[in-house]
Amino acid sequence: MKRPAIVITGLLAIIAAALPLGLLVGGVDLSAAEIFEAFGDTDDSIAHFIVIENRLPALLCATLAGASLALAGLLMQTCFNNPLAGPSIMGISGGASVGVALVMMMLGGTIGTLGRLAIVGGAFIGALGILGVLLLFSLVVKSNDVLLIVGILLGYAASSVISLLNFFSTDSSVHSFVLWGLGTFTGVSLSELPLFAALCVVPVAISMLYTKSLNAMLFGERFAENVGVDTRKMRTALLLLSGIFTAVATAWCGPIGFIGLVAPHIARMLIASSNHRTLLPATMLCGAAMAILCQIISVSPALSDGATIPVNAITPVIGVPVIIYVLLNRRKLLYFN
Amino acid sequence: MERVLETQGLTVGYPGKEVLRDIGIGLHRGELAVLIGANGSGKSTFLRTISALQPPLAGHTLVGGMDVSSYSRRELACLMTVVSTERTGGGALTVSECVAIGRHPHTGPFGRLSANDKAIVADSIRAVGLADKSTRYLGTLSDGERQKVMIARALAQQTTLIILDEPTAFLDVAGRIDTMRLLRSLADSGHAILLSTHDIAPAVAQADSLLVVDPAQKSISAGTRTDIIDKGILDRAFADSGLHFDPLKGDYYG
Repeated sequence: MKRPAIVITGLLAIIAAALPLGLLVGGVDLSAAEIFEAFGDTDDSIAHFIVIENRLPALLCATLAGASLALAGLLMQTCFNNPLAGPSIMGISGGASVGVALVMMMLGGTIGTLGRLAIVGGAFIGALGILGVLLLFSLVVKSNDVLLIVGILLGYAASSVISLLNFFSTDSSVHSFVLWGLGTFTGVSLSELPLFAALCVVPVAISMLYTKSLNAMLFGERFAENVGVDTRKMRTALLLLSGIFTAVATAWCGPIGFIGLVAPHIARMLIASSNHRTLLPATMLCGAAMAILCQIISVSPALSDGATIPVNAITPVIGVPVIIYVLLNRRKLLYFN
Repeated sequence: MERVLETQGLTVGYPGKEVLRDIGIGLHRGELAVLIGANGSGKSTFLRTISALQPPLAGHTLVGGMDVSSYSRRELACLMTVVSTERTGGGALTVSECVAIGRHPHTGPFGRLSANDKAIVADSIRAVGLADKSTRYLGTLSDGERQKVMIARALAQQTTLIILDEPTAFLDVAGRIDTMRLLRSLADSGHAILLSTHDIAPAVAQADSLLVVDPAQKSISAGTRTDIIDKGILDRAFADSGLHFDPLKGDYYG
């Protein structure tokens, strides 16, 4: 087997092992046998409620959100030709959050399926707003580093808008919004899971169609046009897709940091290639594995004593060292050359 | 002879700024044409315009008998391709993965390579003399080898017309002469090759025809090599710097 195939198989094995492990971990101590029985239990048993209604959707949500945020990061990195691009660092998650906050405040307390879709729509418009501004800047600003800084500044602007919204909103909605803003994979209920999954899987499938053009984009826009890529169309499509991924993940989980930025780098280093044919699946699996790990840590009783640690308190612990390693080894890492 | 590339009354530049005007050139199969001109004289603007990466201010560029603007990107990519010296990314792709990108306009939506595609990729890599390095990463190659990979990529695209913007920049003497010989052999095998260069002697030695940017006229004078040399047209390109072309040495002197 070649290296990418080995890595992808390994990542799948890790995820396959981590999901059942994740069912075991939580504030309430349940044995493996109790968890196994919970799958057959009726709706009203406590084990069923904990395992099927809470732990399972959270783990699946982490898997899907992690994979789609990672893919959003990869698409942005190739599209902007910038290894430090990502949904959270360039303010896309921030834009999505503003959209979510506005819709949530308009809706008030209870949120049905339609309300959920409205939130996703708000997040999408917010994400696209920032992506659009970045795109406009990318026409004027030729330096990737400057564009990155513009993105970071837009992120600050978005978080200031959210702070203002918090300031002027009621106490209880502030509390729920602050918790959401720290990142959580527990926001998807079992009944919402199919909708969430569909909104993640469909854009992933569409992204697959761009695999061969993404490889051409590694050599810059002119090169890609030379081999027949309509770069304007492709750039628009890729930015829309990254917007959808970020919007869907943010609408349910809050602005999750670092996974989108870091997962593509881990994947490139593991498979030792930037060929998108293998990089795309490897990146998604890395993102999923990272998110599942974060979810397990966040509910691990050994660390949190029954409470839940916010996901955004954990992702930087994994993400920051990776990015520092990447930056320090720019010259040695082949994919920078 | 079949005309692969033709320009008619072509004016290139940017809105409000004509760079070169009224360019009328032609290129046929098997021809190696060399574009010579000073820095900033508009060579790259001209090459970008005829490869439809930039709109013309006036006139037409015909490739395969039709205006380049009438083709989709993909259709055009089956007829012509450009090799530039821009060095960007792709270091973690292998030589054959990179050359395979040349099959882009010919493959389906998922870019899966057929046995025929794979054979074309292997042939292209062999043609530039990198057969023993096909599994090496681009990031580990020298500038000259990287340039050859880019030429192999263009070959894999199987276009009749190949345009190269300063293909010998960054190369040492051996690399320059080697690359020019390779381009000569590609022309002999039926490609139409147009390249710009500052590396006059080896390029003029291999050229069938010369395109000379005349800054005074703001246009391009084209003709067979002997014609251009005999009429002293090469002197016009660097007249501002007081340089003359020496037909015996095949290079400029001051």
